[in-house]
Amino acid sequence: MIVPLEHVIALSLAIFSTGVVGVLFRRNAITIFMSIELMLNAVNLALVGFSRYYNSVDGQVFVFLVMALAAAEVAVGLAIIIAVYRNRQTVNIDEINLMKN
Amino acid sequence: MLSFLFYFAAVIAVGTAIFVVLSKNAVYSALLLVTCFFSLAFIYLLLEAYFLAVLEIFIYAGAIMVLFLFVIMLLNLGREKALEHFMYLQRGLSMLLIIVFFVGVSLLFLGESDVLHQPAGEFSAGGVYSLGEALFTKYLLPFEVASLLLLVALIGTVYLAKQKI
Repeated sequence: MIVPLEHVIALSLAIFSTGVVGVLFRRNAITIFMSIELMLNAVNLALVGFSRYYNSVDGQVFVFLVMALAAAEVAVGLAIIIAVYRNRQTVNIDEINLMKN
Repeated sequence: MLSFLFYFAAVIAVGTAIFVVLSKNAVYSALLLVTCFFSLAFIYLLLEAYFLAVLEIFIYAGAIMVLFLFVIMLLNLGREKALEHFMYLQRGLSMLLIIVFFVGVSLLFLGESDVLHQPAGEFSAGGVYSLGEALFTKYLLPFEVASLLLLVALIGTVYLAKQKI
């Protein structure tokens, strides 16, 4: 490998923590979705790093499946956001409290 | 040299990821996220996962981010700024980049370097052959389940977009 495995994991950890901070602190539903994409990509990066480290293709198969899952998740999630926006005229998740109580 | 490229791409990835979270404008977030995906694809290339690097650009930077931008435009979240003034700085920078690109490509073709004529290296685990083999033998069931997942997502999306919920 061109760099130690620890550095790949550290990069993955940094991107994942950024995504977590985005999910926790942002109130815009679309930005939250983008943060989730960041977290998925961080996990993909870690899997690719491990796959390279152990010279095995298994990790890359997992990344392939995660990408299929991310595509499905984004399609359904954005459709839900559009449906919510149609009814409430907002995507601020603090104002979307229909199912509370 | 290659490790320097890795750290360069890593800095870009982390920096754009941070600005994706910090940016107030959703359109800026989306475009920065595309940059982040490109640098991640570059890192995949350096880690010799060639097929996944191509997939990262196709699926994430292509399909998923186009969906995001569509929804942002549809919901009218991005406040219209810019585009009135002429953005001289951006114009100059983009012209400079185009010139650098053409000079680099012509140097590659005209120069003494024989980068293009080197034989392909020995077979590695990141190519499309080994990945496809694993996907259609050892991991056949997860592959089929993923196709079912995509079908369900397709039906659900069409239903959500069609109905007045």
